Amino acid sequence: MERPKADLSYVVEALPLGPAFETGQLHDVSSGMRTFRPVIDTEKCVKCLRCFLVCPDGAIDKSGETLEIDYDYCKGCGVCRRACKPGAISMVKEAEV
Amino acid sequence: MALNAKTITNQELFYGHKACPGCGAALAIRLALKVLGERAIVVIPPNCMSTVGYIYPHMPVFVNSVIPPFAGTAAVMSGILAGAEAQGLKNYHVVGFAGDGGTADIGLQALSGMIDRNDRAIFICYDNEAYMNTGVQKSSLTPYGMKTTNTPAGKRIHGSQTSKKRMFEIVAAHGIPYAATASVGYPEDFLAKVEKAMNTDGTSYIHVMAPCPTGWGTESDVTVDIGKEAVDCGLWYLAEYEGGEFRLNRDPKEFSSAEAYLKAQSRFSALDENDFARVLQERDEAWARMRRDWKK
Repeated sequence: MERPKADLSYVVEALPLGPAFETGQLHDVSSGMRTFRPVIDTEKCVKCLRCFLVCPDGAIDKSGETLEIDYDYCKGCGVCRRACKPGAISMVKEAEV
Repeated sequence: MALNAKTITNQELFYGHKACPGCGAALAIRLALKVLGERAIVVIPPNCMSTVGYIYPHMPVFVNSVIPPFAGTAAVMSGILAGAEAQGLKNYHVVGFAGDGGTADIGLQALSGMIDRNDRAIFICYDNEAYMNTGVQKSSLTPYGMKTTNTPAGKRIHGSQTSKKRMFEIVAAHGIPYAATASVGYPEDFLAKVEKAMNTDGTSYIHVMAPCPTGWGTESDVTVDIGKEAVDCGLWYLAEYEGGEFRLNRDPKEFSSAEAYLKAQSRFSALDENDFARVLQERDEAWARMRRDWKK
């Protein structure tokens, strides 16, 4: 998957102080916001990439053979499921995964 | 080559942000940055997107960016252009993402100044129809009947008593080289307009409708659908202003039900028959004017 990864090992004391800071670094994940997890049925998926286009978080990666969801940053909003015409995406409650 | 899901890059430049699930504004910024690429210099004034985009040390904007004062988005963009020119930078795009308040209320004079100077930058207004970051307050782009914390719905008055400012036409009245309206409900159209703005020699402005599940009172999964619905029912429109002429990109023969669109959102839950009639009358007047005066 070609998606940035969070570095959770930083120590606050090591960070620079001041109003400017190096951009594009992730130190936290968003998965805690998720109640329902989208799961792609690769058999039904026709790779129309509609889900990739409309994901507000960009959590769907199109680089591989099949579409992959980065569950570190998917918030489970369900926009992809509604956009999926073949019905290849289902929302599964996190506790039941 | 037309920009669509297949042709746009897989690289994410707004990734890991903390916006609410289903955020329309985050989608607009993500798509715009995909078109503009790594050489974009982003200016985001205090609004939801700078709140969720810069949580020290978590930095989800993957390009150079700055948070200017609320009123100064366009002024800071002009300053960055001057700085970039002094440094001899080549092949870059300065882009600002302000909300509806940061564009039509607080940031209006700076934007007006930038268009007047015709600086080569792209100003994108993501319109979620209220000040969402501070908990839903009315802006001048809030539509009639919307319930906000300072236009609460009561027995007699059912929400905002004013209609949306014609921001797109205000910008066009400056004689701007390129201006457009878009919606996250029509992502390909939005991508094409960002590309056009990027290749415009001078100031460009894009007004993109970005539904907000939290402020609009909708489920998080309908963001894109409701953005499309707003266009289909005639309460928003897709248009361009270029070379001194307005053009309607989409002129539906028949509108879908505006009442159904309004009823699907809890922000309009207090509206009654008279309010619906007023909304429809304003819509029909606006479309009659646009169809008469604008190219199709």
